[in-house]
Amino acid sequence: MSDIDPITLSVLAGRMEQIADEMDATLFRAAFNPIIAEAHDASHGLYHAQSGDTLVQGKSGLPIFVGVMSFAVQAVIDKAAEDGDLADGDIYIFNDAHIGGTHLSDMRLVRPYFRDGMLFCYLASVGHWHDVGGAVPGNYNPAATEVFQEAFVLPPVKLARAGEVNQDIIDILLRNTRLPQSAMGDLNGQLGALDLGIKRMDELLDEYGAETVSAALEALGHRAEQLMRSELEDLPDGRWEAEDFLDNDGIADEPLKIRVALEIKDDRMTLDFTGSSPQCAGPVNIALPTTVATAYVAIKHIFPTLPANAGVMRPIDVIVPEGSLLSAEFPAPTGGYTETILRMIDVVFSAFSHAAPDRVVANAYGTINALSITGKRSNGQPWVMFSFYGGGHGGSIESDGLNHGNAPISTATIPPMEILEAAYPVMFRQWALRPDSAGAGAHRGGLGAIYEIEVLEENGAEAFLFGERGRFAPKGIAEGGDAELNVFSYEQDDGWKHPPLASKMRGISLRQGQAVRLETPGGGGYGAAETRAPEAVARDVARGLVSAEEADNSYGTSWREVEQ
Amino acid sequence: MSGRMIGVDVGGTFTDVFVLNEAEGTASVAKVPTTRPDQSGGFLDGIGREVDDLSEISVVVHGTTAGTNALLERKGARIGVICTEGLRDVLEMRRRDRPRTWGLRGDFEPVVDRRNRLEVPERTLADGTIRTPVDLDAVRIAAETLCAQGCEAIAILFANSYANVENETAAVSAVREIWPNDHVSASHEILPEIREFERFSTTALNAYLQPEVSGYLGRLENALKQGGFDGEFMIVQSNGGVMAVDTACRLPVRTALSGPAAGVIAAGYIATSAGFENVITGDMGGTSFDVSLISEGQSMLSPQTSIDFGMVVRNPMIEITTIGAGGGSIAWVDKGGLLNIGPESAGSDPGPVAYGLGNDRPTVTDANVVLGRIDPENPIGGKLERLDVEAASKAIDIHVGAPLGLSTLEAAEAILRVANSRMAGAIRLVSIERGFDPKRFAFMPFGGGGALHTGAMLAEVGIARAIVPRYPGVTSAMGCVIADMRQDFVQTINSLVSTLDENALGAFMQAHTDEGMALLDAARTTFEARNVTFELDMAYIGQTHTVSVPVAVSVENGTVTPPTKSEIEDAFDTAYKATFGRLLKNGVRRILNLRSAVTGKRPKFDLETLAPSSEGKVDAKASRPVHFADSWYDTAIYDRLNLPVGTVVAGPAILEQPDTTVLIEPGLQGRVDRFGNTIIEPVEGAS
Repeated sequence: MSDIDPITLSVLAGRMEQIADEMDATLFRAAFNPIIAEAHDASHGLYHAQSGDTLVQGKSGLPIFVGVMSFAVQAVIDKAAEDGDLADGDIYIFNDAHIGGTHLSDMRLVRPYFRDGMLFCYLASVGHWHDVGGAVPGNYNPAATEVFQEAFVLPPVKLARAGEVNQDIIDILLRNTRLPQSAMGDLNGQLGALDLGIKRMDELLDEYGAETVSAALEALGHRAEQLMRSELEDLPDGRWEAEDFLDNDGIADEPLKIRVALEIKDDRMTLDFTGSSPQCAGPVNIALPTTVATAYVAIKHIFPTLPANAGVMRPIDVIVPEGSLLSAEFPAPTGGYTETILRMIDVVFSAFSHAAPDRVVANAYGTINALSITGKRSNGQPWVMFSFYGGGHGGSIESDGLNHGNAPISTATIPPMEILEAAYPVMFRQWALRPDSAGAGAHRGGLGAIYEIEVLEENGAEAFLFGERGRFAPKGIAEGGDAELNVFSYEQDDGWKHPPLASKMRGISLRQGQAVRLETPGGGGYGAAETRAPEAVARDVARGLVSAEEADNSYGTSWREVEQ
Repeated sequence: MSGRMIGVDVGGTFTDVFVLNEAEGTASVAKVPTTRPDQSGGFLDGIGREVDDLSEISVVVHGTTAGTNALLERKGARIGVICTEGLRDVLEMRRRDRPRTWGLRGDFEPVVDRRNRLEVPERTLADGTIRTPVDLDAVRIAAETLCAQGCEAIAILFANSYANVENETAAVSAVREIWPNDHVSASHEILPEIREFERFSTTALNAYLQPEVSGYLGRLENALKQGGFDGEFMIVQSNGGVMAVDTACRLPVRTALSGPAAGVIAAGYIATSAGFENVITGDMGGTSFDVSLISEGQSMLSPQTSIDFGMVVRNPMIEITTIGAGGGSIAWVDKGGLLNIGPESAGSDPGPVAYGLGNDRPTVTDANVVLGRIDPENPIGGKLERLDVEAASKAIDIHVGAPLGLSTLEAAEAILRVANSRMAGAIRLVSIERGFDPKRFAFMPFGGGGALHTGAMLAEVGIARAIVPRYPGVTSAMGCVIADMRQDFVQTINSLVSTLDENALGAFMQAHTDEGMALLDAARTTFEARNVTFELDMAYIGQTHTVSVPVAVSVENGTVTPPTKSEIEDAFDTAYKATFGRLLKNGVRRILNLRSAVTGKRPKFDLETLAPSSEGKVDAKASRPVHFADSWYDTAIYDRLNLPVGTVVAGPAILEQPDTTVLIEPGLQGRVDRFGNTIIEPVEGAS
């Protein structure tokens, strides 16, 4: 390895990050499907030629992909080694979540980048396709017990050989989705992003030479590792444990445990998930790559200025017990992976709060609340309104938590109510903050939300919910209080009902004029409630964010002395 | 009309006044300190320096940061909101985003206190059907309550009011009858466009700014009139056009990016006059570097912007990309041994270490000072006697040199290299990433510091040349004098092309045209031409991102002939193909919004008015050592404003003028064009 001066390194770090960002932007613009175009459920980066390690990743992609993509590249490296025929211009494609992580909706494209006949690195693109077959449109099937009920499964295959695209693969893909036009649009966008990445890498290597860029990549990994080690060295040594539960897997009504023991020793950290529940029947399992990637997401939230490359993970050991729901075996379903990884992040934060409470925030609302309402219009046209809903973020040493934020694993925004009302026969009776939903604390959690949605269509509708936190509330840290539970209700002729499985339910029949109601959790509190300034409590009560009764219970009555 | 046109740009530090005497064909410039909190003091002082008798002034155009500052510093009025039952928290809930991707920290406080957001029974559905008529008694009680709670302005925010204005119109009439002042904003009047958060936010921010901005503009207008001014007083909007002062008082939210927009307008005009239709502007201030792209003489507009987290303004605005690399940006070495610039900044107070006002961490300006690129004996702006080179060197040594094992000069060069690379990244972002080839563009630095970094921009991005305007420090003030009068309108249509009611579309186009023309008629300024343009936001059904589709529509004597469905379809296909490369077979085309712009072209002044003489030859006034790469060069110093047209100065050289330093690096040369601009290009490329 040649030495590289630190200034060239600074310059190259910015240039390569910009290449990945530009690949992101290319796909966001071109994608047909709003999950990529609006919610940015996609990611791009450069990966190590031999190990598949993440070298550089775009800033605007979905946070969870930052760690998971190196597994996708590793899968391709293994496949290419097995076949022994890797060539310039090859492009691999696959969605198999058990080797590439996350879920089957995420289509991964991996392309080797050759320079002067030598493999230099890999470029990869991942994006959430709108539909990939399976039993339920959109692939969120709460009743799946095998991946085959969720979607078609594509192992790593060559979409292009030496620059020649294999149309047979595209034909197979398009015949297996309900939305072939959308799939084709997304595929074209991903291919375009990879082309652009290759072009930009060529330009960069023309300018700086392969050796310098290669040395820079090496140095950046080393630097990320040094940064992580120095952060860990500043923290106290020790071992801290935390556990939390999922309500159920959507099949059997039993809680599932996620447990972590976090150990910091000198400049190393271990995250040991031993003690977590075994693999389950329903779709809240996750595959090993997802688990490791989630550990990375949690760490990146704790140390937000660390660069997005694999060097960060070198001083960190992630121990995942075999046979657990965190290392599910094929063909266990993984469609609801979001709920499980949110809980993993929660337990890592909770455990870490014992080491350094000032470095973490309390638990966020902790569920994606995937709600779909579907039906047929009077002219026979089917409609499906599918969206994720928001909740509160946890309090931190700096401030109260954010009201109505997006999930820590995502940066997606919610569609405007008026866009939903214009597109589907529904009306929102309420789109509001949920008072008393946050955990109390010196800095309380942010508030969750209330969404009440009435069906306007005379044929009625059916509703499906895939949520969590119906039985186990988001936790506070550093003596902060827990938030409220997620509450889902639906209106029937004889009044309001709740799902038997609390947070998951299929096929709820609704008549015209009936509604469903989501009351989402707030975030956990930070610090002991009795240390909250009475002025802040009085302010919350005056604004109706906290009721007087709740204020008395959590904070005592001294706020009543404050003059507003 | 009598002869003087005046542009006034009030910035954070200085108020710039540009005076054009049309009759005599002369221009002059004044720079005075900005007064705070009331900017009108500096405004009037600046004009007074150049004009004794205000009755000689025909037009005053103002680019203002009053609105921007009130938003950023959260110093708008206490306002109230009356909204649809069930929706009082829309402003606080935003679009369910968060301030930063990583870290999950931070909270958000909307500009309206929750106690001042009151709900009333009323509901309109998405198709315009009124499900619940508005309860006007409840509206009146709410307005009285808000008034009693001390609200100075009020916003009426009803669901789906873009589809049917009836409920909201009734409510706003009832409020206007009893509200004690003019500060009443209704969401359909401000932005009749689908998407409640964006509409509510824009309307609420309008109300939030109204007392402050209309008060400020009213004070200015009164003072001007008292001084004998009897001309037209106009304000620059974020879209780069100007509007009459009464429109600005009604729609103050449209001034959110007034100041920077004027600068971009001037840059476009200067560059086009000089023969460069494609230009990338770079405004380097104390804390940021603002980049904007002008293609074929047109600046890019973006449909909305976030002034700060959760503070969305949806109005067409000149697209300006900002990165945190200004003269005051702090250079630091992180724990991994990498040199970083910003985002922390010393700003202009305390400013760079060399200012000696209390900052001891090195900035980009300190690197320029240590390398001899800025004259320590004559600091720009005239506030300071001299700059402290020694202190700057020491700071660079301690914070950059020592941790990286570099000498002072190496460390200073390293700071510039990393800062330049970040600035170049911003230029790549607005050009290459949007499909524009920077080789076809000229780079135009303006603001105080940009002209020190032109050489690096040419080298790093592959731009062929830079054009430094004759008065880079007053570009925004000049832009005020140049900008056209422009009004933008929007209306959500939400219809398939196949089921479109062309007459209804035509009626909206006519209404926009009539309103826009009436505003032009009311202005007392003259126009060379008037034009109306229409765009439709369109997409295939199922797609969320729309394409903006320019539609050619005939407007004869103010009468609009609406486009046919097939004309709209053809226009969509052309625009879609240009954006995405290919059309979608069997795709169903949908129209979301109509956007109209009515523009009155104001007469342009001839930039040659500003040009220096073309006679003679001017020698360097001095020389000093300046450090480039790894050695010192004896560098000639010229008085820039005295250089005659046609002068060619070979680098290394420094051209100085009161508010700007232009650096010509070795291997480059600067040529004075017929307008007095300096064209900087590589020596071998000179024609």
